[in-house]
Amino acid sequence: MIYSERKYVIIGIFIVVALAFIARLFYVQVINDSYKLSANNNVLRYLIDYPARGLVYDRNGELLIYNEAAYDLMVTPKQVKVIDTNDLCKVLGITIAQFKKKMLAARIYSPYKESIFEKQIQAETYAKLQEKLYKFPGFFVQSRTLRKYPSSLAAHILGYVGEVTEKKTKANPYYKSGDYIGISGLESSYEIELRGKKGLKVMMVDVFNRPKGHFKDGEYDTLAVTGKNLISSISGRLQKYGEALLKNKTGSIVAIDPTTGEILACVTSPTYDPNLLVGRDRSKNYGALASDPGLPLFNRALRAYYPPGSTFKLINGLIGEQEGVTFRDTRYPCRGGYPVMGGKPKCHAHSSPMDLPGAVATSCNSYFCYVFRSIVDNRKKYRNIVSGFSTWREYVLSFGVGKRIYSDLPQELSGNVPTVEHYNKIFGKNGWKSSTIVSLSIGQGELDITPLQMANIMCIIANRGYYYTPHIIKGIYPSKQCRPEYKQKHFCKVASQHFDNIIDGMQGAVDHGTSTTAKMKDYIVCGKTGTAQNPHGKDHSVFVAFAPRNNPKIVVAVLVENGGWGATWAVPIGSLMIEKYLADSIKRIELETRMLEGIVLPPTQSDRIKANKK
Amino acid sequence: MREQQGIFKNIDWVLVALYLLLVIMGWLNIYASVYNDEHQSVTDFSQKYGKQLVWIVSSIGLAIICLILDGKFYATFSPVIYAISIVSLILVLFLGTEISGSKSWFRIGGFGIQPAEFAKFAANLMLAKYLSNISIKLTDLKTKLMSGIIIGLPILLILVENETGCALVFIAFVFTLYREGLSGNYLWVGFLAILIFILTLIFGKTILFEIIGGVFIFIFFVVKKNKQNVLIIVATTIVSLGGVYSVDYAFDHLESHQKKRINVFLGKEIDVKKAGYNVNQSLIAIGSGGLTGKGYLKGTQTKYDFVPEQSTDFIFCTVGEEWGFVGTSTVLLLLIFLLIRIIFISERQRSTFTRIYGYGVASIIFFHITVNVGMTIGLAPVIGIPLPFFSYGGSSLWSFTVLLFIFIKLDAYRLEILR
Ligand SMILES: [Zn+2]
Repeated sequence: MIYSERKYVIIGIFIVVALAFIARLFYVQVINDSYKLSANNNVLRYLIDYPARGLVYDRNGELLIYNEAAYDLMVTPKQVKVIDTNDLCKVLGITIAQFKKKMLAARIYSPYKESIFEKQIQAETYAKLQEKLYKFPGFFVQSRTLRKYPSSLAAHILGYVGEVTEKKTKANPYYKSGDYIGISGLESSYEIELRGKKGLKVMMVDVFNRPKGHFKDGEYDTLAVTGKNLISSISGRLQKYGEALLKNKTGSIVAIDPTTGEILACVTSPTYDPNLLVGRDRSKNYGALASDPGLPLFNRALRAYYPPGSTFKLINGLIGEQEGVTFRDTRYPCRGGYPVMGGKPKCHAHSSPMDLPGAVATSCNSYFCYVFRSIVDNRKKYRNIVSGFSTWREYVLSFGVGKRIYSDLPQELSGNVPTVEHYNKIFGKNGWKSSTIVSLSIGQGELDITPLQMANIMCIIANRGYYYTPHIIKGIYPSKQCRPEYKQKHFCKVASQHFDNIIDGMQGAVDHGTSTTAKMKDYIVCGKTGTAQNPHGKDHSVFVAFAPRNNPKIVVAVLVENGGWGATWAVPIGSLMIEKYLADSIKRIELETRMLEGIVLPPTQSDRIKANKK
Repeated sequence: MREQQGIFKNIDWVLVALYLLLVIMGWLNIYASVYNDEHQSVTDFSQKYGKQLVWIVSSIGLAIICLILDGKFYATFSPVIYAISIVSLILVLFLGTEISGSKSWFRIGGFGIQPAEFAKFAANLMLAKYLSNISIKLTDLKTKLMSGIIIGLPILLILVENETGCALVFIAFVFTLYREGLSGNYLWVGFLAILIFILTLIFGKTILFEIIGGVFIFIFFVVKKNKQNVLIIVATTIVSLGGVYSVDYAFDHLESHQKKRINVFLGKEIDVKKAGYNVNQSLIAIGSGGLTGKGYLKGTQTKYDFVPEQSTDFIFCTVGEEWGFVGTSTVLLLLIFLLIRIIFISERQRSTFTRIYGYGVASIIFFHITVNVGMTIGLAPVIGIPLPFFSYGGSSLWSFTVLLFIFIKLDAYRLEILR
């Protein structure tokens, strides 16, 4: 009995241990959340149901993009039994060493979870494999879809699909590593419509990764929604023809239906087969294309900058009319050059003086120098050159130049129209006047414009004053309507009544002026050539046109790098495009053959670098 | 009827109620831990919960037998029971079935019996018998030696059977001995030994030698005027150094998987997939239960086998996952209440034999709780011993039942001695 107070020591120890345990349990169960997460990681598997990506048709209902089934061979290392490795390697066409490396990689990823063993197996290999698959426990095949471009056309417009980047998965939780996403072209700009919505099945698994049913009876499961099909405004036939015409030439063609803004063809050359950027050889092919000196991956139609050349005279003429300084009857002298500045810039031989349509038709440089001067130096309206120039610039911008026009193609660039600040910086404040910047009147100088913008200007002229934003998708299933913003008219700052004088001039250019190759019996074509000065080599050949004159159905803008005079390459190519679209068959076989077979020397390296830099 | 009344007369119904409550809760959790949609029948004897039902019914039978036997029986036959136990521990070494490296089971049909489990109450009875002798004093060396032999013999045999966890349980008798007059220093020495053991493994031999040396010099200069204290300090130091050395030596000669297990426990190695896997998964299961748990039969970690041994050694995980912090703390409090009740009842005994036996019961159960629950929450090394009344297994349930009901009978008998 003398030790009976020792019971308190013993009971004390019991209680201290119990309290320590309860404290620890409180921490583990109530305070610390990480175990709950780990428990979900243990038991929950998120099975993603990938929907089929939307199909893309051209305007005539021909398939431009569809899905082809592809097969990934998956492996769950823990379930792999002793197998005839040789046999499997033979079917897959890999070596034993490769097999071991792949198995190791899968085991490192997880012994219990499945991972991709061999990506995108060909259909015939799959057929062989499927017969033997029962012999290889732990392996199974998961089907995926690959994009296919049956016509091999319009690579830059359609774009391509690739695995999502890590950056993207962080920015957008919809995407998980290994998912596919549109990377360029309409695959990218219509990604949300095309991809549909992934479905998710939340499954429970046991420690051996065996499925044990839906988590909470499928409360968290969602169904996959198939991607929407799209109708492109592209005419596959016209696109194909354009690509053929630009073969062995560098440049681009943009054709638009001015009544809707639908892009009918958008050609850039050199181009590539979009199927190259699909499947197992994607990265290899991409590498080859990226290092090709011809820059086949470069979308010239949207991203290459050119001086607009003489085609810009149309805009200057329209601005002059709207400003009330140029009229149909306004005549200016030309003595082989702009007399005001001692015959510079020069002009070619033609009768003089001419009226406005005549000056357009003959593309008189002097005439438009006078027009430009009368706009910016109009001291009745504008106090100084800065004010006059700023007004002129606002007009130009309203033609969709020097700013993005926000078509539905990604990566489109804005071009450049110089600013007051730009000139102040170069010449100093008050250090410049109209004669300093006179080259703007004939589309040279600091002007930069993309072929898409050239075509868009043509739309404005064809429509007599407005455009619809050019777009490549004219219908989204199921409504088959284009995006609503593409149904909006955008007006330029020149009123519609001023257009006919310019259009008369453009018709004159085709009928008897600089672009006579474009003349056709059945349609009145209105066009304008340009020769974009190229300080790095032979000038670029430019032609813009629309037809028919009344109720225009197509505009084209053609640019052939280093093609020299507009009339040499751009006019015939543009005219053939119009004929192809309006008549479907070409009557001028000889001209067509000459164009199809013609080779224009590729631009010099320095030119490429310049184009690339921009 | 008179017989029946006689059996249940004077028994402590609080202990019986606690026992039944814990056993029923245990069975419910065993059912949950092996539950699946294919086997739902409660009496499916191919499943663990079906078998456990058999064990529970038979345990209640055993409990009744314990109550029927005369109160004098236990004290009188302690040496015989002890002898039978020792013999069966020896016999199993020759006749037993080997299961995963340890030869400690008698197999009878689908059921197994483990003599090591029954050695606990046998040793407890023997120790109580020996220490209740009026002439015995635990301050005597002879008494200490005898007690050591009574406890040590089964330990030795169980170690030979390779059931380290089960052998360690006998350490718990140090509480009984302490209560009966063993110097408190033994508790301190025990504490110090565990401390040195763990520190050596964490820091290694050299650093610990330096630490002990430093502590020695410091204390030496503080107490150097008192000759007796100096002696104690010197002795303690030498023993500590020896301890460090032997732990280090022993660790070097362990098998690699045991080393790894110890290292993982000490946090020196992170090995989620292998040695630390059990504890990690156990913590995940318990931690994911949260405050109130996922609900009965809703636990995913235990049901889908992420926790190993989820119905035996890791049954506490099922409690933690399905009943949450509310469940785990309730179970712990019930168990501790049971222990305190046993101590309380022990202290009201006039019979020294019953008191000593009672302390033994409390000590053994306490050791099991500490190591088992400590292991599931990462506070103790993974030593496979069951949670009393909860874990699946016939031998352990039988053993704990007999252990407890002998005590209940002895307590009921207390009043008859008076009469
Ligand atoms: Zn002229």
